[in-house]
Amino acid sequence: MKSGKPVNDKVPRTLFEKVWDTHVVAREEGCPAVLYVDLHLVHEVTSPQAFSLLRERGLTVRRPDRTVATLDHSVPTALHAPSDPQAALQIRRMEENAEWSGITLYGMESQHRGIVHVVGPERGLTQPGMTIVCGDSHTSTHGAFGALAFGIGTSEVAHVLATQCLLQWKPKTFEVRVEGSPGPGVTAKDIILALLSRIGVAGGSGHVFEYTGPAIRAMTMEERMTICNMSIEGGARAGMIGPDDTTYEYLAGRPDAPAEKAWDHALARWKNIPTDEGAAYDASVVLDATALSPMITFGTNPGMGISVRESVPSPDRVAGLSQRQALAKALTYMGLQPGRKLLGLPIDVVFIGSCTNSRISDLRLAASVFRLRKVAPNVRVLVVPGSRDVKRQAEAEGLDRIFTSAGAEWRDAGCSMCIAMNGDQLEPGQYAVSTSNRNFEGRQGKGGRTFLASPLTAAASAVTGSIADVREVLES
Amino acid sequence: MTHFEPFASRIVPLPVNDIDTDQIIPARFLKVTDRLGLGAHLFADWRYDAEGTPREDFILNNPSQKGANILLAGANFGCGSSREHAPWALAAFGFRAIISTSFADIFANNALKNRLLPLVISQDDHRSLLALLDANPASEVTVSLEQKMILLPDGKSVPFQLDEFARRCLLDGVDELGYLLRFADRIASYERQA
Repeated sequence: MKSGKPVNDKVPRTLFEKVWDTHVVAREEGCPAVLYVDLHLVHEVTSPQAFSLLRERGLTVRRPDRTVATLDHSVPTALHAPSDPQAALQIRRMEENAEWSGITLYGMESQHRGIVHVVGPERGLTQPGMTIVCGDSHTSTHGAFGALAFGIGTSEVAHVLATQCLLQWKPKTFEVRVEGSPGPGVTAKDIILALLSRIGVAGGSGHVFEYTGPAIRAMTMEERMTICNMSIEGGARAGMIGPDDTTYEYLAGRPDAPAEKAWDHALARWKNIPTDEGAAYDASVVLDATALSPMITFGTNPGMGISVRESVPSPDRVAGLSQRQALAKALTYMGLQPGRKLLGLPIDVVFIGSCTNSRISDLRLAASVFRLRKVAPNVRVLVVPGSRDVKRQAEAEGLDRIFTSAGAEWRDAGCSMCIAMNGDQLEPGQYAVSTSNRNFEGRQGKGGRTFLASPLTAAASAVTGSIADVREVLES
Repeated sequence: MTHFEPFASRIVPLPVNDIDTDQIIPARFLKVTDRLGLGAHLFADWRYDAEGTPREDFILNNPSQKGANILLAGANFGCGSSREHAPWALAAFGFRAIISTSFADIFANNALKNRLLPLVISQDDHRSLLALLDANPASEVTVSLEQKMILLPDGKSVPFQLDEFARRCLLDGVDELGYLLRFADRIASYERQA
């Protein structure tokens, strides 16, 4: 791994510490730091009350040039979706607020509209060394570029709109080192699900993850985004990866990335931000990617994951009363007997999309399974690209025809069934294999039951009609 | 902003770990552009069955719990989504404090912005509080921000942890946005250097 060298015998610092240090505007004794925000991403669900607060207090948006909005959560993804007056009002409010404050909005008609965490990187807005916030917990995605990126609430959205700053206590650092290289059928999604099954949903509380090691270095930017995206599911404030040539190659030439002279300056700056040799972390964990199999969740939080060939764990074997109760409650909701195998369990729906797995490489993976295969009878498959740019690219490659010929629905961009706010949702009791990030009770529709997995496992399960090991499906 | 005064209340026990914000307020109720009416949907899928009838076995539907302002929850309360609708819904329902052994970071931040106190107590104290409620569900406690204590009916008290800056803001009636706005000059000079 390439590391920055500590300058003048200074104490070696981590990537996080370097980004943090350069963004502290002020810090009073006993108070949190006033932290400057380079890029504020905004969407229609968590911003209307923030704009209202600004108006109530006679404030304006301090840096509209550092604020970018998109519509993603409540937008329909079907061509003739029934109109939802509440969602329509939310969308109109976003349009009015963008107009009022002069911020860029990738609106309903925009050809670049999409999920906020897909649009930011693909436009080149997301850059190494930045601080990035959004009223959305999956803002951790942008950490893949070596940015310090995290989700905030609506009150804090108002703070950033008004001051371009946030009050923040400095989090601790946590190295997640991924050794080895994953075998066939094992993707970035499987690696992050394996991490979560190891450390649990609160394992990273109060910390910022930094993902290091050969398996991370070998990943594409889109794979790194999948990893950083789910940092929040481990309770971490953010997840980061030191920038390298892969990062710079991805960014070069993107519409909002620096160009020409500005690019050279930026590159020189970016090359200084990776963690110094010998820098210490507050916590660490090591994972061996070589030993992993495709992963899937069986329960009602993303930490409840197993390898796809394993059996559902039994509460009897869990130490600790509250953990035992939590597992029993989860299995009751999921309708699963302890000890049963998940392989072969019939499913109703497959969702391929979300800020975790809706980029072009995710769709290519799914298409590699659907090519020359059909979706099993009685299974509904939704493929929802993360942005309209992804959609156009997929269509240029003919992926849409692979999906539709297989019997899947090919949709417009949005969050869709990941959060089930726009009409795309599970019916009570339905089982879904989903490439999204949360399997909480009712997350994909009231009473719906979610198995989180990679695009490969999701597609393999779609053609099998039941939970499948993609390695077997691709051999057949 | 007004100063935060001590308050007394009964406690609703909901000792489930990892209660996520999708349970506190399901996403289908987030299609609002204001903060009104969210209390009606608090824990909607735990409170109501498929027909919308209140589930008798869910603690918040127990008539004896009506009017309680404190929720005693399991570890890692408020994990998942950053939606501030979660503390809005809890506050609108009438809660003024959530007691747990730990909270998800974003939830705790959001709660404090809405004068909803995320009070962290030790594992042992958590067990004792549950035992106290088991013995007498109508036990009333007092939350004192000043003393950083939960005062029990028997005269004992349980210390809690809370973000110290937020605690002082609440006690002194300082608003965090107002505090930030005071740095306008420093922010401008930071922007000039950057």
